[in-house]
Amino acid sequence: MKLSLGPVLYYWTREALLEFYAGIADSGVDIVYLGEVVCSRRHNLRLDDWLGLARDLAASGKQVVLSSQALIESESDLKTLRRIAANDEFTVEANEMGAVRLLAGRVPFVAGPHLNIYNNEALAWIAELGATRFVLPLELSRDTLRELQTTRPAGIETEVFAYGRMPLAFSARCFTARHHNLPKDDCQFRCLDDADGLALRTRDKSAFLTLNGIQTQSALVYDLSDSIAELRGLEVDVVRLSPQSRDMLAIVESFRERCAGRPGAPLDGLRVAPPCNGYWHGVPGMEYRMPA
Amino acid sequence: MSVPELVCPAGNLPSLKTAVDNGADWVYMGLKDETNARNFAGLNFDAASAREGLRYAHAAGAKMLLAINTFPQGEASPRWQRAIDGAAELGIDAVILADAGLMRYAAKRHPQLRLHLSVQTSATNYEAINFYHEHFGIARAVLPRVLSLAQVADVIKNTPVPIEVFGFGSLCVMVEGRCALSSYVTGESPNTRGVCSPAKAVRWEKHGDTLDARLNGILIDRYGPGENAGYPTLCKGRFDVDEETYYAIEEPSSLNAMALLPELANIGVAAIKIEGRQRSPAYVAAVTRIWRTAIDAHTRNPERFSVQPDWTNGLARVAEGQQHTLGAYHRKWK
Repeated sequence: MKLSLGPVLYYWTREALLEFYAGIADSGVDIVYLGEVVCSRRHNLRLDDWLGLARDLAASGKQVVLSSQALIESESDLKTLRRIAANDEFTVEANEMGAVRLLAGRVPFVAGPHLNIYNNEALAWIAELGATRFVLPLELSRDTLRELQTTRPAGIETEVFAYGRMPLAFSARCFTARHHNLPKDDCQFRCLDDADGLALRTRDKSAFLTLNGIQTQSALVYDLSDSIAELRGLEVDVVRLSPQSRDMLAIVESFRERCAGRPGAPLDGLRVAPPCNGYWHGVPGMEYRMPA
Repeated sequence: MSVPELVCPAGNLPSLKTAVDNGADWVYMGLKDETNARNFAGLNFDAASAREGLRYAHAAGAKMLLAINTFPQGEASPRWQRAIDGAAELGIDAVILADAGLMRYAAKRHPQLRLHLSVQTSATNYEAINFYHEHFGIARAVLPRVLSLAQVADVIKNTPVPIEVFGFGSLCVMVEGRCALSSYVTGESPNTRGVCSPAKAVRWEKHGDTLDARLNGILIDRYGPGENAGYPTLCKGRFDVDEETYYAIEEPSSLNAMALLPELANIGVAAIKIEGRQRSPAYVAAVTRIWRTAIDAHTRNPERFSVQPDWTNGLARVAEGQQHTLGAYHRKWK
């Protein structure tokens, strides 16, 4: 199984991003997804910067994929999307169907986690269009994955989101700007303050969700590190880790070891929040099932 | 300028008849199972009531839509495919689909069956809509409730597909089809089971003067004495962010875009959809009648159109919660 690093979902400073990816260049991940997936206003790295970073990482031996924005609303969003789709150096991860239109039948692409490939018919279709890898939607279980794998078309790899706070929803509204009583158009980029998102708690003080601009994430960290053997048994090709602001290299290393069939360091001190894995087991996503 | 068609909800046969009687151009309904996004107990249609509904609608010159707008999971999807076959056999005017796998099935198996792109497909831009049009010949697309008026106009300008938008009813703040919050908490979501914040996961707890609304144990809101308690839809509760307690995601308000009717007609919206298959026939009657009146008044005399106070009051009486919003049509909402 290959190890991938998903796109950074938060807004970090330019320095923080460059330092983070300098570390990743020497890490054990095989595939790196790059680009701004959440908000078009974020600009610490622009497309040309991402492309430069992509070339550096490729030179370090990483397979680089450019991830497209998950919610496309405006002509200016489409303009950026067209530039990403037209790049002739790197594979693109399509995160909505507009991106698929620009890629299908022209170049191989990755069908991202937000494309809603829930069943074998949809999987067959996306493979026909030229997808060479698809990412399982987060809310699907191992039982559904097993069914998808039995009819998976030849030539398409399966990737599973296996670590990180889960992107659960997208909105036109920016919840970070709302928290600061700012209009989205003049948000003052307050999401820069929250390297791992802004905690939303219930009124009885339990960690519930994480606000990340227009994206809403789980508070808990999805963690399939104890299910690596099962992922391998299901012929999963790629295991995705979603970046957090600290200890990412140690997390990569632990997964690398586990993928190689060795124990791997415990993740308890490394996660930014307690774990959950309910979706994998077909129960509410926030639940955690101990390994058997 | 377009004359938008009015598309109204029918949770059951009485609602369907009421919608038709009050001037709906289209009524939309679902079957009694997880193939549709209002999979609630006591709601929806079986084969006999669907047949009767279709007969009733056609006799009055209205059309009927079947919503098959959830995502079958894993291998084959016989239940969803049978629903499509059934719609084609019955002569239903169109089906509303969300899943590309089902569109592929429908386009292959029933090429004459008219397909509408569900809001659950999350197609927010014309590239996506045109793609579904090219592949499956979709005849209409329902836009997610995330675009501003200018963005809706831009979509319409750049697609041959007639566009339907939401005009009234309860409001999803998240992009439809892209929200797994409900399955995160309860195991069931709109995409997988056709439900959001399902009633069976709701628990009310009284502690002295306060009333807690929980969803599978998660405290969605807490009401003090004199506060009106609302259904704990998980994105519409009060939460703590940075020591501040507020409606962190969305207030319990509902959408009313009637004030925008002239703009919607001007930019060429093909149809206006009313949310609320889970609501009563009385709701369907009032909302259909008022919107019919408004659309007709606007068509007769666009220059003189203004929203009448009795329309606003009539809609306010049946709305969920106390507040109305223009939602994303109005940039400030974002």
